[in-house]
Amino acid sequence: MADIAFLLLIFFLVTTTIDMDKGLGIILPAEGETFEMHKSNILNCLINSSGNVLLGDEPVEVKNISRLVKEKMMENENLIVSVKSHEKTRYQDYIRVIDQLKMAQAKISIAEAG
Amino acid sequence: MKFKKKTKISSEIPTSSMPDIIFMLLIFFMVTTVLRTEDGLRINLPSAKKIAQLKSKVHTSHIWISKDGLISIQDKSHKIEDVRWTIYNKRKADSQLTISLKADEAARMGLIVSVQNELRKADALRLNYSTLQAAD
Repeated sequence: MADIAFLLLIFFLVTTTIDMDKGLGIILPAEGETFEMHKSNILNCLINSSGNVLLGDEPVEVKNISRLVKEKMMENENLIVSVKSHEKTRYQDYIRVIDQLKMAQAKISIAEAG
Repeated sequence: MKFKKKTKISSEIPTSSMPDIIFMLLIFFMVTTVLRTEDGLRINLPSAKKIAQLKSKVHTSHIWISKDGLISIQDKSHKIEDVRWTIYNKRKADSQLTISLKADEAARMGLIVSVQNELRKADALRLNYSTLQAAD
């Protein structure tokens, strides 16, 4: 009996993968759902095809985004960051920007690629 | 002069309860095991710092996107227009569905945005960009 239990135990030990998937969670807006927002509450964040970022009107370094967005959120707590990326932007660059925005605990809105 | 061992504590490990312990471990691993059902595509995940763990494996579906623009759901290659129905059927069966997007770091945003739009049409709004933990 114990032998069988041992055998099964070893089988489940080997097949178990404890590690859970990790990642950046995001809620997509529902289809057809549009919000009317005041222009002053929107901060545009554009990513071009070579991974350079334009925050508002100024080009910024990716690693500074979190700090800059935090500063802007101090001034306006209703701020929503609208992320737009070029069609040829690499996914990695986009994830870096989303990561920075998550660090600043900003409200993220995903705009379609233009 | 010889010293005599005074205490005679038995040094044996009691083995009578071993099957119980083994059974308990067995039950633990049986309950936590989710058998691997899909392999996905060969991709390099991007890494990020501020990541959170997905809550439940049971309520998670994966979409794989390779750097060549291939889309795979449940080990089947999908065209972009088929994503909506596959996900819609999953969403119908499970209201707590979370989509885990496993895209290659070199994938293009054009494709990812179109997948996102298909997800929106399928009403699967809970999305998770699967990433690795970046070193600080």
